Amino acid sequence: MLSRTADNLYWVSRYVERAEYLARILEVTMRLTSLPIGYVGATNEWESAIATAGCSKAFYARHSEANEANVMEFLTFAPQNPSSISNCIELARTNARAVRTAITSEMWDVINGAWLELERFGNAAGSREEFMRFLRWVQETSLRFDGSAFRTMLRNDMYWFSRLGLNIERADNTARILDKKYHLLLPADARIGGPLDYYQWAAILRSVSALTSYHWVYREGLKPWLIADLLILNPQMPRSLASCYDNLVRHCDSIATAYGRQGPAQRKARAIRTKLQNSSMEEIFQRGLHEFIEEFIADNNQLGSAITRQYLM
Amino acid sequence: MAFAFDEMLGHDEQVRGTYTALNTWLREQSPDLLEQRCQEAELLFRRIGITFAVYGEADSTERLIPFDVIPRILSSAEWDILRRGLEQRVRAINLYLNDIYGRRDILRAGVLPEEMVFQNPLFRPEMNGQRVPHDVYVHIAGIDIVRVDEKTFYVLEDNARTPSGVSYMLENREIMLRLFPDLFSRYRVAPVEKYPDELLATLQSVAPATASAEPTVVLLTPGIYNSAYFEHSFLADKLGIELVEGRDLVVKNGVVHMRTTEGLKRVDVIYRRVDDEFLDPLAFRPDTELGVPGLMAAYLAGQVTLANAVGTGVADDKAIYSYMPEIVQFYLGEEPILNNVPTWRCREPSHLSHVLDRLPELVVKVVNGSGGYGMLVGPAASKAEIAEFRARIKASPKNYIAQPTLSLSTCPTFVDRGVAPRHIDLRPFVLTGRDRIRIAPGGLTRVALQNGSLVVNSSQGGGTKDTWVLDR
Amino acid sequence: MRIHIFHETVYRYEAPLTRAIQVLRVTPRHHEGQYVVNWRIEISEDCKLDAQEDAFGDIMHTFSVHEPLDALSVVVAGEVETQDTHGIVRNAVERFPPSLFLRETPLTQPDAAIQDFARHLAEGNGGTDKLDLLHALLGELHREVTYDTDPTHAATTAAEAFALRRGVCQDLAHIFIATARTLDIPARYVGGYFRRSDGVTAQEAGHAWVEAFVPGLGWVGFDPAHAICTTDAHVRVAIGLDYLGAAPVRGARVGGGEEKLSVAVNVTQAAQQIQS
Repeated sequence: MLSRTADNLYWVSRYVERAEYLARILEVTMRLTSLPIGYVGATNEWESAIATAGCSKAFYARHSEANEANVMEFLTFAPQNPSSISNCIELARTNARAVRTAITSEMWDVINGAWLELERFGNAAGSREEFMRFLRWVQETSLRFDGSAFRTMLRNDMYWFSRLGLNIERADNTARILDKKYHLLLPADARIGGPLDYYQWAAILRSVSALTSYHWVYREGLKPWLIADLLILNPQMPRSLASCYDNLVRHCDSIATAYGRQGPAQRKARAIRTKLQNSSMEEIFQRGLHEFIEEFIADNNQLGSAITRQYLM
Repeated sequence: MAFAFDEMLGHDEQVRGTYTALNTWLREQSPDLLEQRCQEAELLFRRIGITFAVYGEADSTERLIPFDVIPRILSSAEWDILRRGLEQRVRAINLYLNDIYGRRDILRAGVLPEEMVFQNPLFRPEMNGQRVPHDVYVHIAGIDIVRVDEKTFYVLEDNARTPSGVSYMLENREIMLRLFPDLFSRYRVAPVEKYPDELLATLQSVAPATASAEPTVVLLTPGIYNSAYFEHSFLADKLGIELVEGRDLVVKNGVVHMRTTEGLKRVDVIYRRVDDEFLDPLAFRPDTELGVPGLMAAYLAGQVTLANAVGTGVADDKAIYSYMPEIVQFYLGEEPILNNVPTWRCREPSHLSHVLDRLPELVVKVVNGSGGYGMLVGPAASKAEIAEFRARIKASPKNYIAQPTLSLSTCPTFVDRGVAPRHIDLRPFVLTGRDRIRIAPGGLTRVALQNGSLVVNSSQGGGTKDTWVLDR
Repeated sequence: MRIHIFHETVYRYEAPLTRAIQVLRVTPRHHEGQYVVNWRIEISEDCKLDAQEDAFGDIMHTFSVHEPLDALSVVVAGEVETQDTHGIVRNAVERFPPSLFLRETPLTQPDAAIQDFARHLAEGNGGTDKLDLLHALLGELHREVTYDTDPTHAATTAAEAFALRRGVCQDLAHIFIATARTLDIPARYVGGYFRRSDGVTAQEAGHAWVEAFVPGLGWVGFDPAHAICTTDAHVRVAIGLDYLGAAPVRGARVGGGEEKLSVAVNVTQAAQQIQS
């Protein structure tokens, strides 16, 4: 397969996944900020949303402070923000168009349809209700795209590269949420169990759509260390780091088997998974959750570059 | 203007033999049904994604070319003449290009003025003295043909660079087969679906001597913003070859490779849909990002075949066109089977004064223009337009040729209010490989949808029809 | 005169280079006034150096590198024996009839100002002697356009440089060519080296001049930067319709980030040769 084709497939999935992630953050933030202040504390959740989206630098170049209106606008439709939701959809569609014959018509229909529909939402700042509808629609689009890829693509290198993109992006997203909210999950924190934290914890789980899963897995009330366990080490949870790396290793290996050759990408993916498999939450908390997450984000980026160097350029 | 020859009714409103069954069939169909089929056709085209980008239209980068459901029919006898004429013409064009970039006999013989070649912007000095693999320059030619009466076909234009439109030839047939199976049972229509296989065979046959037994062929496209991108991806798909952009190719140690997920892979034949000037920033325009640095060096070293070869524009230029009968005669020693439209070359003073005297009745063309841009259709032009062209011709006569306004043949076409005659032309596609010449029966019929219009170019509102060649 | 040439180009990259390819036209050939005693090309990396003759008869080398690199250097050096032929170039490699060199190129397309300049020269010249006309052009160009390395670059056209009335040898050559072709005189671009007579041997770059076709004489070298016909101080390397056709290096690269270029050119008269 042409390296460019693989690159396009990889990025279509990354951008769709990123759009969904942004929509989740915004939805959760909207929900948190609609609670009376006594339940969540006086923190600026919009500031936190911008940080979790990884857009602080670009945002503060234009705005001096974060509020609902400007963060919403910036992360959804702002043309100046290269990773706004609408730009992610646009970029996903551009990448898909370049490999139109490599993706299935079902996948093309979803992404092209979304791109056409994007105009319907316009870019005018709307009511909270309209925003909510938009954010739901983005998440549904991502689900449909993912589903059509899962159900229609041949299981060959095309599929594997698109899955690599999705899982690298997903692991990065989960890690970023943990990176910004880690302080809420520290077990030694004096404020354990305070009423403020409960809603924040629920919000974290919602942002990776795992609130219900949490209860199924642990069958108890929200405990920060269990939340961290679910998001980092639990391989059953589709958005956990462990689960993402199970997938990444599997797809990297499939590619290596098909091509009869392995390289730095395979080695790196396995090394990261081994690190996750051999860790326990106690140990992670002891060594420092924040350090662990930072290291993971760097590792994940390195795997991304290794894949790019080995296959995509 | 005299009444045009009609493909169905001739000059005398008598249904011609080849069209009898179609005429009967048309009478059986209600306008509603035809209308419905038209809509179905459009839906199918949209579904397949056959679109076309029009230059200068910022908002609509993807548009459909209108498709007309009434086929244009050629008898086997008519096609036989066309086929032989096309083959002769393309053979002559290839001999001419080998000569122009080689011994230049035709210049020495004084058949063609030297400056027509050396001052021609489409002549590529870079190709001088170089041999192309198997001496084939034009592997894919699209020769535009018009008809003016029962017996007379003229060649309107030779497209020897990167002719497009063949995807419409193929898809039009597919759609007709789906929509009107009944009609096909009344005719024995020669199939066109072998074209992709024949194109691949042609391209493989011209691989350089250094290529492996199974040469790797790719299609080089300028990318998704090119007006013919759909056709590029369509053909790559049908041929089962990679659709590459310049950045996918790398020249390493004098050999062209494509970058794949399994490393560099050698490329032997490039069916390129990128113009000469953009092929290699180290040989042509240094600012191009569509090309492959070092491609020309690899090409001239005989490591890769480009189809079509570089520099073929000096064969299809409108000024050279007027010499085609002499060119056929010079290289083949034969009378041309297909004639040119009578053409005045404004570069020659006697022709120039004739042209200036009769501008309102002539069609004037820029010698290096394409797609119907920069053209004057005298009878349809305003006084101001004629005056403007007069000034332009006087300022640089050598840039213009003129032809009588032809009354192109018409063909029944489904328009707003039923079936009406519309002017058409024909672009057959001629493939030249190492071994032989292959021509798909028929080609692409283009139709000017505006009543009375003679401009069939898709960039200017023309549509297309399926073209049927009847089997014996 | 025996001329020794050393020309080193060093590229330094801010980030490692992914790959690069270069087409070189740096190899002189023999003609009546020039004999190449020895010549070599050295590239700092191991790579295949393919030689070809281009359509104009220039020797063209192509090489590519595909390993990450921080720096790349290309050295061209050798010795050439020259004779003064009063600018007339005889027995050079000729692949085209002179009329080819009437072609316009984007870099040498005349604008109205150059056309006026040509007309003015033709009127002043009166007679029909092409050689006189070319000498008038040489002198007039030298007066009109000031040598200046600042305002122009490799992609400056003849028309742009003429409007500025400033430029380097490349610009002067382009204006000369554009004017000569306007006057219906075939003219072509020549890239090469020039040995200075003032003892300065270190130069910033190679040199460029023009050859024009004079019926009866053939191709004659004109050096508009020095307002002279070519002499035994000129070493002729490559010809083309314009700079792009004779450029010593045309290259492309992927990766590498910012590029720092340093060029050292040394043109010296070799120790007195023994004449027999």
